[in-house]
Amino acid sequence: MTGYLAAVAALAHKDLRLELRARDTLPAMLLFVLATLVVFHFALPADVGDDPAYGLLWVALVFTSLLGLARAWVPEREAGALDGLVLAPTDRSAIWLGKTIGVAFFLVLAEVVALPAFALFFHPLSWELVAAVALADVGIAAIGTLLAAIAAASRARELLLPLLFLPLAIPVVIGGVGASIAANPGTFLAFLGLYDAVFAILSWASFEYVVTE
Amino acid sequence: MLLVGGYALAFYWAPEDADQGFSQKIFYLHVPIALTAYACFGWGAWKALRLLWTGDRRYDLESYTAVHMGVIFGLLTLVTGSIWAKISWGEWWTWGERQLVLFLILFLFYSSYFMLRYSTEAGPRRERNSAVYALFGVVLIPVSFLAVRIAGTILHPTVFTHEGANLPWQMLVCFLICLGGMLALAATLYRVELAGKRASVSLRELRELLA
Repeated sequence: MTGYLAAVAALAHKDLRLELRARDTLPAMLLFVLATLVVFHFALPADVGDDPAYGLLWVALVFTSLLGLARAWVPEREAGALDGLVLAPTDRSAIWLGKTIGVAFFLVLAEVVALPAFALFFHPLSWELVAAVALADVGIAAIGTLLAAIAAASRARELLLPLLFLPLAIPVVIGGVGASIAANPGTFLAFLGLYDAVFAILSWASFEYVVTE
Repeated sequence: MLLVGGYALAFYWAPEDADQGFSQKIFYLHVPIALTAYACFGWGAWKALRLLWTGDRRYDLESYTAVHMGVIFGLLTLVTGSIWAKISWGEWWTWGERQLVLFLILFLFYSSYFMLRYSTEAGPRRERNSAVYALFGVVLIPVSFLAVRIAGTILHPTVFTHEGANLPWQMLVCFLICLGGMLALAATLYRVELAGKRASVSLRELRELLA
């Protein structure tokens, strides 16, 4: 078990260090989410209330995560490192878990910028919104990492990932928007937690079949 | 034989529900089609699970064919549901109808399944990736159901109710016959399609051997 956790930590650490040196994904995500929020400000009519802004925030977050996910396996693919990782003497789900932690970390960093910007532009933050975003990050990173690996094996690659991802992200958006605006956010937060648990277990269990040659 | 049985039951509809209201007639078409679509998706996921479990490659085609059938029946559900919505509520599409919204999500999901299949090279990799995605689909069904349900109660306050909750027994019998007929029809189509797909695969293998 310690060997498994050590492998996961090493892989996540590798992703973070790679990003620190190359800086090609995170700045793009930050700029994208800020630009999207500004575009949304002009897309909304001036006299609508706060509720549509919450919906648009969730759309912005989902698309920003897509941007990060599309790049998730690019370093491995370009360096041909995935074959080496698959051959490593550890459980293959460790690869998925390490990558998921890296992706989730980038998402959290993007949101550390996006949420204050949202508060500045549209509406002050509530703890329900922050909790919902945190829960959604787990689910998005867990599923997205697996789907990105599936998409990376296809010819269409970056084109395929949004198609695979968006239908599965619909429940996240429902839960997130509900937690932001509904009178009983607890139900929606519980739903997001359930979603995370179900799909994280499924992704963890099925990742081995996706990367095995 | 199954085909004959399925069609005989399918044609059974017209006389059976002639005594009910006209707009409710489509209930016998719409609901069995929807349940059959679920059955097809479930069957496809079961075959996908078998593929991952045993590594037997013949399950790939079976899973694909079942999902294919499910998408066809899912599309029919959307169409018949729309018609029903038009007749009952005067709208072609209403976001308040949960089952239809759920089917729209599933339809999008399984259309992506086809995109995945078409854009990946044939081989064990594609078989396993498609199988994993099909498994995600069958998990997505209850999750989306729950999501649409909680969203429906809060975001859309007007909720339409099905009139099919407590049926008189004649309607229930008729409904069950229709459901059985639709399932038999799906099973028959599944077999025909599977035979066709297997034939084309073995034909391609023969051509490659000859070439």
